Amino acid sequence: MLTNRARKNFFRILFTIIIGAFALTMITPFLWMLSASMKRALDVMALPIDWIPDYFYPDNYMKVWNIGDRAVRDYHFGLAYFNSLKVAFVNLAGSVLTSTLAGYAFAKLKFKGRDLLFLLYLGTMMIPSQVTLIPKFAIFNALGIKGHLTLILPGLVTITGTFLMRQYFMQIPDELRESGVVDGASEFKIWAHIMVPVAKPSMASLAMIVFLWNWNAYLEPLVFLSNWRQYTIPLALTNFIEESVTEYNLVMAAASSALIPAFIVFLLGQKFFIKGLVAGAVKG
Amino acid sequence: MRLSPHKARLLKSNLTGYAFILPNIIGVLLFTLLPMLYSLIISFTDWDYTKGFGNYNFIGLQNFIDMWSDEWFTDSLVNTIFFSVVVVPATIILALVIAVLIDRYCFAKLPIRLAMFMPYISNVVAVAIVWVMMYSPWGPFTQLVQALGWENPPQWLGDPTWALPAIMLMTVWSNVGYAIMIYTSAIQGLPKDAYEAAEIDGANAFQQFRYLTINFLSPTTFFLVITTFITSFQVFAPIQIMTRGGPGSSSNVLVYYIYTSAFSFYKMGYASAMSWILFIILFAITMVQWHGQKKWVSY
Repeated sequence: MLTNRARKNFFRILFTIIIGAFALTMITPFLWMLSASMKRALDVMALPIDWIPDYFYPDNYMKVWNIGDRAVRDYHFGLAYFNSLKVAFVNLAGSVLTSTLAGYAFAKLKFKGRDLLFLLYLGTMMIPSQVTLIPKFAIFNALGIKGHLTLILPGLVTITGTFLMRQYFMQIPDELRESGVVDGASEFKIWAHIMVPVAKPSMASLAMIVFLWNWNAYLEPLVFLSNWRQYTIPLALTNFIEESVTEYNLVMAAASSALIPAFIVFLLGQKFFIKGLVAGAVKG
Repeated sequence: MRLSPHKARLLKSNLTGYAFILPNIIGVLLFTLLPMLYSLIISFTDWDYTKGFGNYNFIGLQNFIDMWSDEWFTDSLVNTIFFSVVVVPATIILALVIAVLIDRYCFAKLPIRLAMFMPYISNVVAVAIVWVMMYSPWGPFTQLVQALGWENPPQWLGDPTWALPAIMLMTVWSNVGYAIMIYTSAIQGLPKDAYEAAEIDGANAFQQFRYLTINFLSPTTFFLVITTFITSFQVFAPIQIMTRGGPGSSSNVLVYYIYTSAFSFYKMGYASAMSWILFIILFAITMVQWHGQKKWVSY
């Protein structure tokens, strides 16, 4: 028995080392980015690669963020950060609200045409976003809708989110709703006081997914935003590269600045986030 | 007119239902359904955006015919197919093996999974920028390849043969964590007694993987095949940032060509027609897999 267990443990340690090494390779790009973001411009290209620089050089970050005396020019990174956060949070709030309302109705309320409408929703999930990109661009321009509104107006409703919330409410027993009906509460009160509290974990999952979609969105902002004051982080990053091609240490500091907050948000809420992804997958 | 109590209740429950979905419906109608319809109309026109809004002629199916003799389009289509046909199986097989190994043999499961998941949640632009530098002659990737014995590796992103594979490698890297997470949650729901029975019958770990795990996980694999196919067919940001479709048309993909046709050359009609071809391809792939699943997916 003992040798069997010893053999098992040996395999476990061996595989942990192999897979752990693979995991380390996978985060190598990030480690290299962090390391390069703290170097002087010339040292980034020095060979062999110095993974842990002898010095810590935070000036790169100060320059990117335009803080302190060493900053040479304003790359408006702070503004881009604010823009990204603004769009992400407005869309998060909007789509969680609209999805929870409609998801509940599609799952639990009875009304004419409900199933047909839901089928239509499912059908539109198949349409790639590139199909609607060109008409949206043309219509927004024709109506004079500019700036963040072009990202927020379509972002307040997400079909995937509606689908996710509907799937969640489907598995809630009908008795929960009926207890409210018996008490004489209106449908809206039932939704607000009974359903939303139990759905909070699912709403948190959806919130994290929507936040990350918006934070990482590239094609839509690229097409719709024309003024640098409106730029979100991804656009600010590409803009940054065009302006400071040779200073790779600054580019790396900028990329790190864009990535680290998302990592923190994710690590804090990873349970919810993964639950949301999996819910979409297993029942999708 | 007075409604009978029954009818009044029915009307009320209908109206309540509509009130709940109204904000959602408005959004879908304005920003998905109407644009879709408009896109379909545009795709039958010769609309050049520089001539102004709505200034177009209907040319029937001309766009849909012309594109097949447009080498930029056919090249981008071939590249997109090549991209997907390699990226999808590579991502899924790698994820399946790693997810099973982590679940069965590893200590520190969560930190390992989270490390592998990092690329997936990362801002695609930041990631693409880092990889451009990874692939530069002084970047870690080139250094690694040289350390492994390839003395004069190509300029990955500047080489017509290697540009697209380089981006494919990065895409597998950034998607594999997602597939691992999905597989992991499915693995946790596997029936333990089947494995115990197999163990008693003397099946070794590989046989258990080959005959039980792959079978049990086939619905998850099916889901991942469909979703990763759809996302890899729509690859855009890495191409736009890392190669701009070049050198030549060697890494041009469908969505990048749609993007340049519409927003660099303002050929709205032509670009819309191509976006519908994209839809038709995605739809066809999903349907073929849907029908094919009966052969290999066991529920």
